[in-house]
Amino acid sequence: MRRLGKPGTWSSRTGRRPAALRCLAAFAVSLAAVLLATVAARADASDYESALHSLAEPSPEEVSRGISGLGSSGDPRAMGVLQALRDGNLLVAEGGAIYLKDAGGALHDALSGAPSGPRAGRAPPVDNDVRRVLLPVLARLELRSPDRAVRLAANETLADRGNDGDAPVLRDALARETDKGVRAAIVSTLAELDLASTDPQRRLGAIDAIGASGSVRFRPVLSALVARHDDGSYSEPDPRVRSAADSVLHSLDRKQMAVDAIAGVLYGLSAGSILLLSALGLAITFGLMRVINMAHGEMLMLGAYATYCTQVFFAAHFPSLMSWYLLAAVPVALITCMAMGALLERTVIQFLYGRPLETLLATYGLSLLLIQLVRSIFGAQNVTVENPPWLAGGAELFEGVVIPYNRMAVVLFTIVVVAFVGYILRGTSLGLRVRAVTQNRPMAACMGISTRRVDTWTFALGSGVGGLGGVALAQLGNVGPEMGQSYIVDSFLVVVLGGVGKLMGSIIAAFGLGILNKVLEPFAGAVLGKIVVLMVVVLIIQKRPQGLFAQRTRGVEDA
Amino acid sequence: MRKWLVGLAACCQVWLVGCSKDAAPAGDMKPADSAAAAASDMPKPAAAATTDTIKVGILHSLSGTMAISETSLRDVALMTIEEINAKGGLLGKKLEAVVVDPASNWPLFAEKARELLQKDKVAVVFGCWTSVSRKSVLPVFEELNGLLFYPVQYEGEESSYNVFYTGAAPNQQAIPAVEYLMGEKGGGAKRFELLGTDYVYPRTTNKILRYFLHSKGVSDDDIHEEYTPFGHNDYQTIVANIKKFAVGKRTAVISTINGDSNVPFYKELGNQGMKAADIPVVAFSVGEEELRGIDAKPLVGQLAAWNYFMSIDTPENKAFIAEWKAYVKAHNLTDGDKRVTNDPMEATYIGMHMWAQAVEQAGTTDVDAVRQAAGYQTFRSPSGFDITLDAKNHHLHKPVFIGEVQANGQFQIVWKTEGPIRAQAWSPFIPESSKKVADWTYPWVCGNCTEAKYPGVGAVANK
Repeated sequence: MRRLGKPGTWSSRTGRRPAALRCLAAFAVSLAAVLLATVAARADASDYESALHSLAEPSPEEVSRGISGLGSSGDPRAMGVLQALRDGNLLVAEGGAIYLKDAGGALHDALSGAPSGPRAGRAPPVDNDVRRVLLPVLARLELRSPDRAVRLAANETLADRGNDGDAPVLRDALARETDKGVRAAIVSTLAELDLASTDPQRRLGAIDAIGASGSVRFRPVLSALVARHDDGSYSEPDPRVRSAADSVLHSLDRKQMAVDAIAGVLYGLSAGSILLLSALGLAITFGLMRVINMAHGEMLMLGAYATYCTQVFFAAHFPSLMSWYLLAAVPVALITCMAMGALLERTVIQFLYGRPLETLLATYGLSLLLIQLVRSIFGAQNVTVENPPWLAGGAELFEGVVIPYNRMAVVLFTIVVVAFVGYILRGTSLGLRVRAVTQNRPMAACMGISTRRVDTWTFALGSGVGGLGGVALAQLGNVGPEMGQSYIVDSFLVVVLGGVGKLMGSIIAAFGLGILNKVLEPFAGAVLGKIVVLMVVVLIIQKRPQGLFAQRTRGVEDA
Repeated sequence: MRKWLVGLAACCQVWLVGCSKDAAPAGDMKPADSAAAAASDMPKPAAAATTDTIKVGILHSLSGTMAISETSLRDVALMTIEEINAKGGLLGKKLEAVVVDPASNWPLFAEKARELLQKDKVAVVFGCWTSVSRKSVLPVFEELNGLLFYPVQYEGEESSYNVFYTGAAPNQQAIPAVEYLMGEKGGGAKRFELLGTDYVYPRTTNKILRYFLHSKGVSDDDIHEEYTPFGHNDYQTIVANIKKFAVGKRTAVISTINGDSNVPFYKELGNQGMKAADIPVVAFSVGEEELRGIDAKPLVGQLAAWNYFMSIDTPENKAFIAEWKAYVKAHNLTDGDKRVTNDPMEATYIGMHMWAQAVEQAGTTDVDAVRQAAGYQTFRSPSGFDITLDAKNHHLHKPVFIGEVQANGQFQIVWKTEGPIRAQAWSPFIPESSKKVADWTYPWVCGNCTEAKYPGVGAVANK
């Protein structure tokens, strides 16, 4: 209305002139002309502006209307506004003005683009209903984005919704598109829309395109085509289309099976690496030293709490380095748990070597002691260990197979830890002595090795490796005083199955169990899957009581 | 030397067993609590039975997998007791809390309940979260004629003479939530993944939901049930399978996952990029308290159905939150400012006030008299409604809210009922339950029957 004010003041000035009919007529004409001109000048901007005003309204329905308005406004600024709305970077000020937050957190006026901002503002009322309007509207705009990844994602969003009205926009985008990958993606989205066409030729073409894309996403649509109704008639009347759909469906089914198998193995590797990390320390304390170490789970727990403490410490003292606290947590957990392991070995376990039952009871008591200690210090409730930003999210390795970054990181971390343990045992003089003592204790002692000191170091190493496992587990599961209890059984399972005393056995057993579990889980469910895995382990142990890899020793204890 | 060590280990064990009785943080232990904990190991002096306080039992897990949810119920119960005591107590006596920790261990719940009723002679017990714990204590309360206020939403199919249910029955939470998901605003879901922890509440709720979905024309092909054990923490295949299951039809996930498994589940949802606008997850056991342990940004838009949200804008709720914040500060509870209020806390608060009103009306803490008086109490709840305790089925009339998770871990309310709705203890959707009646007034006087106990008089079936 401010712009309309000018003609008004002008008219009041002209109004003071002597009133002649011609003058008045001229005035009326000019007033109308000015008004028209103003309206015309505003026509382009007004769609954008009025839509923007709707975004400032408090009701979600009005916001949805504003989103649709922005989508059809054709204004180049609309995409930025809608992206900000999607990402929660849009702010509505007191008077209804709208501001966008850029990557650096600075505010810009959505109308003028000027860098300014109000002191306070609220987020617009976005709920799922609004998001469902927002996502396709934004995707249609984003098909024009210069960024290839954004275009791909936009096509994906439209494909998920399968709205027939999107076909013209997609064809437009296809005509413009130069990137091969994006073209292929758009073609397959269009094919899905064409499947609903009344023209059998177009349906055939669509099925060809789907076959070429090889995307398993289309399986339900195709199986619906070849399915029969209750009365025996086919839902697809044209037999040519049907047979084409049938053959494409077969190839997609084969592909789906392959993808499922690969996904099972990948998920299994991820689950196996967690098993291995939790069991590796035990493979040392129980496997090499024969200490039935019920307190091993608590070493994992202490490692996780060490991670938590590092996080708290970083948050208090180095907030700027917060995203890298995890790297610092690794040595902290290793040293804490090694120290605790050495302490336990010196004070309790060294007196109980060769008495498995008493060791079992004593370490069980120690585990309760450690749980209660942590509970008294940190409270009974779980503590929050945050994923650093570089571990959030995931990557789609195959169609439909997303591996979260934190699980990938755990697999890598497992490899590093296994290499570390392997190096210590094979490449250092400590490792040499550890192997000597575990293979033949009296002979090692005769050779001048201080078996007591080696025992302490070995137990500390096993505990420290348990602590490293805790660092990784803290990224995936809950961190609480009792967390160790949920890993101890699985850890023993891995070590016993792999063969006591063989690190390689533990590695293979962990990945074997992980993959078996993950392959079974989709059919059997999480509960039954676990039971089946347990039964398989029992059967294997029946056949091979020493585990998969039997240790050959000349030790007196094993006789 | 070795004997000495074994002796040490034995001592440790004894110390630990003693400690686990009162795992409450030392900061907010009342003298009465430690007395009670000690009393569980040795006979109580006779003088303790004739004190001039009214004992109130609090039976919530303070350790184990359910501690994430139940600890704050203990805290809010203590807060309400403090509030009542500040106003002079009841019948001229102060209330005295007896806190025990059943440690997420279901049989231990029954033992602790017996201990509260027989040794401590508490007038009433506020407690339990999971239905399996409630089922575990139920025979104890019925045998000893105790009184339990159960503050958590549950699966229904129960009405005990000795229990008042201040949480939601399925028709006050699960059914409205599913109706919302099927409606236009909720996304028009046609296919449903029912995902839960493997115990009685999720299984029964999902049974009711399956019948309900059948009645709405959803076929078995479009319903998939999946259960995980308590404390499960690997959801990668489950989330991947949900995404596969969702191809082709609008799909929603109905989560009855309980306890700390929710943290890895929601983390996995975020990491695998499952968005609420595509596949919404509505949870019945996830509220503000559970979200406190998670980065809520990837979860924006995921749903929860409750009878109360901390974000409800009423003067009553502002007062409730202010009282809670002040209590947390005064007692220096862990996490201080980050503590939130949630639905079961509100239900505990309402339940305790209703019990207090009933005690005043009855003029005694005698269980039979209080039960008769309790059935007709009303209370202005923090959600801003006048809540009534139903004398017939022992449930509250409650309003239903559906909220979407916001980036700050709070909920934005997207749907609500006009007012409180009456609980259906027995689900009308399960054929064998639909005939059953829960009515503790004359002439029915039973919680699980198909005909009145005193049929001579003009019995009117009232469900």
